[in-house]
Amino acid sequence: MATTTLPPPPELTADDQGRGGTPKFTPRPGHVTASGSHAEKSETGVWVAVAAISMFFAAFTSSMIVRQGVSPDWLHFELPRVMYISTLVLLASSVTLELARRRFTAASDPVGSATAQDRSQVSKGMYWMYVTGGLGFLFVLGQLLAWRNLRAQGLYLATNPSSSFFYVFTGTHAIHLLGGICGVVYVLSRLRKTNGVARKSGFGAFSIYWHFMDILWVYLLLLLVFRF
Amino acid sequence: MHDVSAQPVAHQHSAPTGFIRKWVFSLDHKVIGKQYYALALVSVFIGMILSWFMRIHLAWPNWPIPLLDKLSAVGAPAGVMTPEYYLSLLTMHGTIMVFFVLTNAPFAAFGNYFLPIQIGAEDMAFPRFNMMSFWTTFVAWLVMMAAFFVADGPPISGWTAYAPLSAVGGDAGPGLAMGQNLWAISIAIFCIASLLGALNFISTTLDLRTKGMSLSRMPFCSWAWFITSIIALLAFAVLLPACILLILDRTAGTSFFIPAGLVLSDKLQPHSGGSPLLWQHLFWFFGHPEVYIAILPSIGIVATILPVFARKPLLGARAVVGSMIAIGFLSYMVWGHHMFVSGMNPFSADLFSVPTLIITIPATILTLLLLGTVYGAKMRFTSAALFCLGFISVFISGGISGFFLAQPSLDTILHATYFVVAHFHFVMAVASIFGVFAGTYFWFPKMTGRMMSEPLGKLHFWLTFIGVYAIFMPMHYLGLAGNIRRYSAFVDDFMIPLIPVHKFITIVALLTGAAQLIFLYNLIHSRFRGAIASENPWEATSLEWSTSSPPPFDNFGGRHLIVYNGPNEYGTDGPQDYIMQTSPEKAPVR
Repeated sequence: MATTTLPPPPELTADDQGRGGTPKFTPRPGHVTASGSHAEKSETGVWVAVAAISMFFAAFTSSMIVRQGVSPDWLHFELPRVMYISTLVLLASSVTLELARRRFTAASDPVGSATAQDRSQVSKGMYWMYVTGGLGFLFVLGQLLAWRNLRAQGLYLATNPSSSFFYVFTGTHAIHLLGGICGVVYVLSRLRKTNGVARKSGFGAFSIYWHFMDILWVYLLLLLVFRF
Repeated sequence: MHDVSAQPVAHQHSAPTGFIRKWVFSLDHKVIGKQYYALALVSVFIGMILSWFMRIHLAWPNWPIPLLDKLSAVGAPAGVMTPEYYLSLLTMHGTIMVFFVLTNAPFAAFGNYFLPIQIGAEDMAFPRFNMMSFWTTFVAWLVMMAAFFVADGPPISGWTAYAPLSAVGGDAGPGLAMGQNLWAISIAIFCIASLLGALNFISTTLDLRTKGMSLSRMPFCSWAWFITSIIALLAFAVLLPACILLILDRTAGTSFFIPAGLVLSDKLQPHSGGSPLLWQHLFWFFGHPEVYIAILPSIGIVATILPVFARKPLLGARAVVGSMIAIGFLSYMVWGHHMFVSGMNPFSADLFSVPTLIITIPATILTLLLLGTVYGAKMRFTSAALFCLGFISVFISGGISGFFLAQPSLDTILHATYFVVAHFHFVMAVASIFGVFAGTYFWFPKMTGRMMSEPLGKLHFWLTFIGVYAIFMPMHYLGLAGNIRRYSAFVDDFMIPLIPVHKFITIVALLTGAAQLIFLYNLIHSRFRGAIASENPWEATSLEWSTSSPPPFDNFGGRHLIVYNGPNEYGTDGPQDYIMQTSPEKAPVR
């Protein structure tokens, strides 16, 4: 190996944690989460998970396109109205998540010795986290209503390939979203344990996942609107 | 336990003392690596015994096989297996070998043990995910094994589970009711486990490299594990939805893969409009990358070990890494070459044929660079080195038959014959296992602190090496003579003259299988009675040789290693002919 052409060993500093000598990850000002090495790792992990989940739904999507093209038995049906409302609910949850981030940023304190003012910011942030999780839960309830609506139309899982794919898409997305709600619970419990130091709570990783769930749902909704 | 869970940072968990936390539900990547290795070892012997059953039946179809009637009184009355039970064993042999051996041993087992050490980390990025991925794999294994013990035995649809046979249920034949359910559920669980594992490998490689360990200084097997984990992440993320759709077709009455008008056992199936080809596309979109999940780690292991015993730097190190990346990338463009005779549009066959032939370019570059490394070297012929050379040999032998199969016009004739059996056993199974053997002889001292017996290792190599050639070379001839694969006995006129070849193969397979007991004995005996290993018995450069054998719980005893050199500094001048990665000594200009 042409190691000799490599740059000389990097300068050593006491606080450098490694990453193969690449520049140490420095958080942007106001970027609450990605400073400690744990937050950094969990964010990498979530990005990797986002890639895997994208492949997962890409596989379903291409299956649907193939299945729709292969036989003339595709039944078009009207999407339940409640789905548009629950879409708005989910979009709102992304906004409340950003409101929470804003509070945590305001309280961000590298040492973790939070002042009373910081504490109140953190507790406001936690309030927005509760709202975010609650909206996510409402969204899943909305999906349940949509499934009831389909059932009332006589559209079951095995009725038609279109209804099959409808349940598969919405069901697997709902399972992933329930995972996100578990994430809310985890972040809140970490916030309590770490006395409100948001950057140690996995908030950054969680927020990537939650926004991704949101974007994924918009994609799925467009797919359903245009293909069903 | 609550201490551990309260500490999210891998580095901070302390060594557990209780038996359960230390050896069973361990968070230590080294223990998890050994657990994967043990599971693969048990699985490989099960898979091998299944192949013995099938080989005996192929050569002597009327012989009762001892104990087989105990396994299934219906499938093998009085020890003589039915044609259907032959297919059940075929399915289980393939499934166990591909998923629980070839995916687990070179990738999950060695990768778990050595990736963090080689990049200077104290553990994986997410130790709890790591523990979960092993135990999830174990659950998948248990569910798969359960298929042996349900009423009508394991499924008969092969490890590829082609629909509609795999999708319609019990009307289509034995093993397609509960057995196939268990198969699909097991593979779905295995997908989840592999996704967790791949996520961990990628995050660990990206985030936990120690000071100075730039990507270009990573050892070649770490590179291979990194590339493999990316392939695995994207491949298993497609197999999982495929399994979900299959399970729905089987249990919920949907019609994703089942076409209309199927009549089975005089019953019209209540499905319509599904596409059997859709399953094949989804499966092979996973299945071809899976071949590289099995072989790339072994390529990486060989590329790491060979220079150690050649006492020369690996030739064209950057080209080796580049070729591995190219193979990983191309693996996603060629899945259709498994489907030339499936009824897919014949024009699309050309589309898949061309990238398949292009893959031979990086594969050939790799092989030539490995050979060039050996050229002119004063080899130290240890067991590990022999298996590396054996790897190159079987990889070439299996690769060359790939040229023929990549062409649709030839594949049409050869696809359903033993030619294909010979091809994939050489290039995927035997080559990958040779990499695992090389890795075992090489890393055993580090993993246990004791040396394996070299004379036994060499005996094991020569018996295995000659054995696999005697088994699989004649299969090419059988395939060219038109011997159809997946048949349990050969009663057609034109195949009867081929039976003596089958008898020869069966005898060699039994002997070669028995030779693996030498390996097993060596493994167990050396574990307790082997000579004590030093810190760096092979005079290798990478970081695992900079710590004690076996490594302490946190790998480096609290030291934070700094890396100054690449892994490839062999044959240098000076008091010793190599430079450790951790040595501040400057590598010479070549």
